[in-house]
Amino acid sequence: MSDEPSNASGESRGTAGDGERRRPAGSVWHPAEHASIDEAPEPRAAPPAAQFSRQSLSRRELLKSGARGVSLLGFGAAAGFLSGRENKADMRWQIDPNQCIQCGRCATECVLEVSAVKCVHSFGMCGYCKLCTGYFEPEPINLDEGAENQLCPTGAIKREYIEDPYYEYSINRELCVGCGKCVKGCNMFGNGSLYLQVCHDRCINCNICSIATACPAQAFHRVPVAKPYLLRGKGAPGK
Amino acid sequence: MSRASTGRQASCLSGQTGFQPVVSGGQPSRLSGKTGFQPVVSSNRIPFNIASAIAKATCIIPRLFPVLALLLLLAGMESALGIERFPPPDFSGHAVPQVVVPNPQPRTTDWLDVTVLAAGLAAASWLSLKQRSRRGMVILSLGSLAYFGFWRRGCVCAIGSIQNVALGIADPTYAVPLAVISLFTLPLVVALVWGRGFCAGVCPHGAIQDLVLVKPIKVPGWLDECLRVLPWIHLALAVLLAATGTLFLICKFDPFVGIFRLAGPRIILASGVALLVLSMFVGRPYCRYLCPYGALLGVAARFAKWRPTVTPNTCTQCRLCENTCPFGALNPPMPAKQGQERVASGRQRIVMLAVMVPLAALLFGWVGGKVGLAALPLHPDGKLASLVLLQERGGLIGTPPDELTAFRQHAADRLTVFSRATTLEARFLTLGRWIGLFFGLVLALKLARIFFPAGSLDYETDSGRCVSCTRCFSACPYELLRRGVPVTIPQEGGYRGNS
Repeated sequence: MSDEPSNASGESRGTAGDGERRRPAGSVWHPAEHASIDEAPEPRAAPPAAQFSRQSLSRRELLKSGARGVSLLGFGAAAGFLSGRENKADMRWQIDPNQCIQCGRCATECVLEVSAVKCVHSFGMCGYCKLCTGYFEPEPINLDEGAENQLCPTGAIKREYIEDPYYEYSINRELCVGCGKCVKGCNMFGNGSLYLQVCHDRCINCNICSIATACPAQAFHRVPVAKPYLLRGKGAPGK
Repeated sequence: MSRASTGRQASCLSGQTGFQPVVSGGQPSRLSGKTGFQPVVSSNRIPFNIASAIAKATCIIPRLFPVLALLLLLAGMESALGIERFPPPDFSGHAVPQVVVPNPQPRTTDWLDVTVLAAGLAAASWLSLKQRSRRGMVILSLGSLAYFGFWRRGCVCAIGSIQNVALGIADPTYAVPLAVISLFTLPLVVALVWGRGFCAGVCPHGAIQDLVLVKPIKVPGWLDECLRVLPWIHLALAVLLAATGTLFLICKFDPFVGIFRLAGPRIILASGVALLVLSMFVGRPYCRYLCPYGALLGVAARFAKWRPTVTPNTCTQCRLCENTCPFGALNPPMPAKQGQERVASGRQRIVMLAVMVPLAALLFGWVGGKVGLAALPLHPDGKLASLVLLQERGGLIGTPPDELTAFRQHAADRLTVFSRATTLEARFLTLGRWIGLFFGLVLALKLARIFFPAGSLDYETDSGRCVSCTRCFSACPYELLRRGVPVTIPQEGGYRGNS
């Protein structure tokens, strides 16, 4: 093979020989135009006797088919071994809220632009506190809905007066980015009714969850699709 | 592998300060006997000073037992019912809402994926061997790019399935989905019979590179050979890290999946774009120089029953196809040696293999063990153990890393952490050695093929490297004749007659 750089392109067909000029675009290729083909130097010595080649080829063929058979058997065995597992459930990624330490990586490590992890509120566990440590900054100026008092960076928690002294807090999933700031506050001083979960309408179920590999608490697990959430509290469905 | 060698190799963790275990009273504890560790008070370095820790723990635990039990009970209640520092109020006129969580999307796509894959493989094989159509192949690869790439967002793919299979074999609790098993096996089985049609027509990673190729430059032979070792290194590391349950390397550094999802870490997106720009001039750089599945397919395709041929019937060695392959997968005719020379060459090859194979296998087996141990801190358990050890020795300054926060917060048992890390260390070492051994074998065979190439009679596609893109076909005058294009055959029968 010549050492000069290839001038072949996707559909090129007329690049024959050394020093061959390129055919003009649109012209019909015809080998007769290519004078250099006939002038091309004999590239190599005459090939060996055909009989020898055939011999060597047949031996090679034999070895090849042997290897092919062995490989096929190997693949079959591996596939059979793996598909013979009893546990064949379709799995999804989920956070165990009891292992989560609210480090904040759920918001940053997901392959999606806005993380698939969002805060979930188990209302049945909530104390409906007036001073909610998941809602308010530490030492808030006022106990009201002012942005300067809120912990949530996106204002995703709605605070609603129910009856004195109880307030209901609900998460706006559209706004939540899964940073876990409210979860930290709630778990540290409150009932722990706020916690992070992988929301399966957004999760694209990556082969390996990139948050799971970054999670310092090893809180991510594969769970069967039939029960894809690890919810807290008595009011949680499926508990 | 013996415990002693583990201890010696474990110096990356336990040897940092040259810690020497002291067993109180010289009395071997009951637990340490169970782990197979011989408590010798000598200069032997023992990973994670298990012995002394167990000895300490065994004398503290009885005294603390009531307290521990209470704590455990509390922890159990906490995890089951939440903390409930403030009892939930009983409202008279307000209904407490239920937790609302969105349902997972139904996964009917699994079987659709397998069907599309099988159909794609059949079509690619038919297009490359029977139909011999470049246009058909381009259309097929566009379809695959749309379906597997942008619709399925590149996950899960055949390349990544290597890791699922490795993890599935190593970890009996992990179930590999059937779709992933078929994604792994089907292309390999097809490659054993019809060559790498998967790369040309079905793989979205291949398609996206192939479709942007405008002006291929030829990679020098020596550089090409050197770079073609990289997929094997990638494969070795990926299998090591996947089988130990550390991480999925191929997925983590997949350059194109970010483009398919139109999202992802910036560095990955940038490398994907850079690789695409490179693929405009270097044919399929990821497939040739990085893809671990391509390496496996290449081996399978070497044993293929049928493979794409440049000419549909006869080669007159007109050299028109010589430069048409952008992937360096077209071999020029190389007459095999004859007679005495051939016997000598055969002998040389056997001698070379007999020397090289054990040597390379041993060398890389050793290297593999080292790499395995170096990779231990990538595993969450290994990382935690080394961090705990580092903190206990006062090696940590500033705020503790989140791993340690989690460790303290859960009041996890340091003995469990260390014993887990020790078993893991042994596993990394053994697996690293085996994978290194295999890598050495591959390297030796690669070298043997470079020094003693198999002769080819005519211009032939290299069965291992050819991705069945069908570009070279249209350069062949016989192919043009077959398609009904009026051409005269250059040097008809001038060089060699019918083959």
